Amino acid sequence: MKKNSHNIKEGAMPFKRILIANRGEIALRIIRACKEMGIETIAVYSDADKDSLPVKAADQAIHIGPALSYKSYLNLDKIMTAAREAKADAVHPGYGFLSEAADFAKACEDTGITFIGPSAECIARSGNKSSARRTLTDLGIPVIPGSLDILTSPDTACALAETVGFPVILKASGGGGGRGMRIAHNPKELREAFSMASGEAKAAFGNPDIYLEKYITNPRHIEIQILGDKFGHYVHLAERECSIQKRYQKLIEEAPSSFVDEDLRTALGNTAITIARALGYTNAGTIEFLVDKDKKFYFMEVNARVQVEHPVTEMITGIDIVRWQILIAAGQNLALKQEDIVPKGWAMECRINASDPDDNFMPCPGRIESIVFPGGPGVRIDTHIHDGYMVGPFYDSLIGKLIVWDQDRLSAIRRMKRALDEFDIRGIQTTIPFFRKIFLNKNFQKGDIDTHFLDNL
Amino acid sequence: MSDKKYEVLSPLMGTFYRASAPDNPPLVEVGQKIKASDILCVIESMKIFTELRSEYSGVVKEILVENEDPVMKKQALMIIEKE
Repeated sequence: MKKNSHNIKEGAMPFKRILIANRGEIALRIIRACKEMGIETIAVYSDADKDSLPVKAADQAIHIGPALSYKSYLNLDKIMTAAREAKADAVHPGYGFLSEAADFAKACEDTGITFIGPSAECIARSGNKSSARRTLTDLGIPVIPGSLDILTSPDTACALAETVGFPVILKASGGGGGRGMRIAHNPKELREAFSMASGEAKAAFGNPDIYLEKYITNPRHIEIQILGDKFGHYVHLAERECSIQKRYQKLIEEAPSSFVDEDLRTALGNTAITIARALGYTNAGTIEFLVDKDKKFYFMEVNARVQVEHPVTEMITGIDIVRWQILIAAGQNLALKQEDIVPKGWAMECRINASDPDDNFMPCPGRIESIVFPGGPGVRIDTHIHDGYMVGPFYDSLIGKLIVWDQDRLSAIRRMKRALDEFDIRGIQTTIPFFRKIFLNKNFQKGDIDTHFLDNL
Repeated sequence: MSDKKYEVLSPLMGTFYRASAPDNPPLVEVGQKIKASDILCVIESMKIFTELRSEYSGVVKEILVENEDPVMKKQALMIIEKE
């Protein structure tokens, strides 16, 4: 077998049908991987997504309820019923929604349906950030000072904040993506933030648990993609630089990071694998770190799922992460060796959101009149939108991802600029005009960025 | 609309919630006295939660939409009788 090959022995693939428990661009991304592997696909959809591209692309589509997430894509019973009725061999959860819900993985395991991700037990250990922190602190992995426990009340939050020192950040135990996160500079702000953070966490992840950390100023967000099979073999696929964020939402990601030298890459990669091994992690996952200006790094969280920004890693390694997720879940050996993974060139991703950059990135739902997509060498677009598509208010504002690859960072920046110039979406506000400006910014071009880059513009 | 009444409008397309979290009681009821800057309801759009606060002190006269109803930008949500 060739290095990095995804080929498996004839007849070895145990999955005939995979149900995709998600929507939008990631549902389409997973359907594409399945099609290329000769696996049938089952889409699920809410009222809002009846005519969506993933529904059309899948071999079968099952309606699971009204538009509101908790009545459809977050409704475990409806999704399990669909999976059983469609006789799915496996379920791919995508990102968001139930992807990091241990009880979803458990329900699949109990039904004899393979959950494409870590085991329920492992998700409970690693997807739950508070318990992951506890495990890793015991191992001597550097973590950000703060609570190892779920905060029970605003009073306990205030007492702890006084111990680690303000400012502090409240985070959701059950998920990522900035939902449920609030910064507080003093006890008054902390008390106000507590209820809203908990409410956002409950609405976004079905779990109101929150914890608190000391807020580290001006760090970089750098994360390591890992793959681990069911036989304890792990590799890391180098880092992604995700410091360009607004309201804790990543907007631009790149791989590799201009800040990470070979020594730091090795240290982060080895630490990520140590963490994965300690958690008994299988399948694809991401270990997120904050790295300060002295290159000191702190473990932030494990994302026990495929990430929105996985394509930049695919572009520099030539490894199809979603395909490997399926192969690993199917019990294949991870036929990749660390020394064979040699990142090549530079990849960048812009998240195309239906939000208004001129109005503090407020959500901007509405109907798309027309789209002209960019193309040409080194350009990849992962999206579910099309002419006439109605961007509803019910789900995330992410409507697509523009990814480019080129030989080096400067060439990738130039390629992204011309791709953004070609990209024309009419009818709604998007982040495209904003990205055109960022890619002209001198500090961005130099790679002089941190997580506050956009706040300081 | 008389000068004494004012309509609370949704600032964006989204979902109307009467409580700040699913298990919490409604933020206001019809007939309830409120102060300026009290939170009246929450609009969720694309997973972003926006609290709507009253511009005036007064009484909640009418709540025009049901909890979890979809609402349009600038749609009237509540009528407040100013103090």
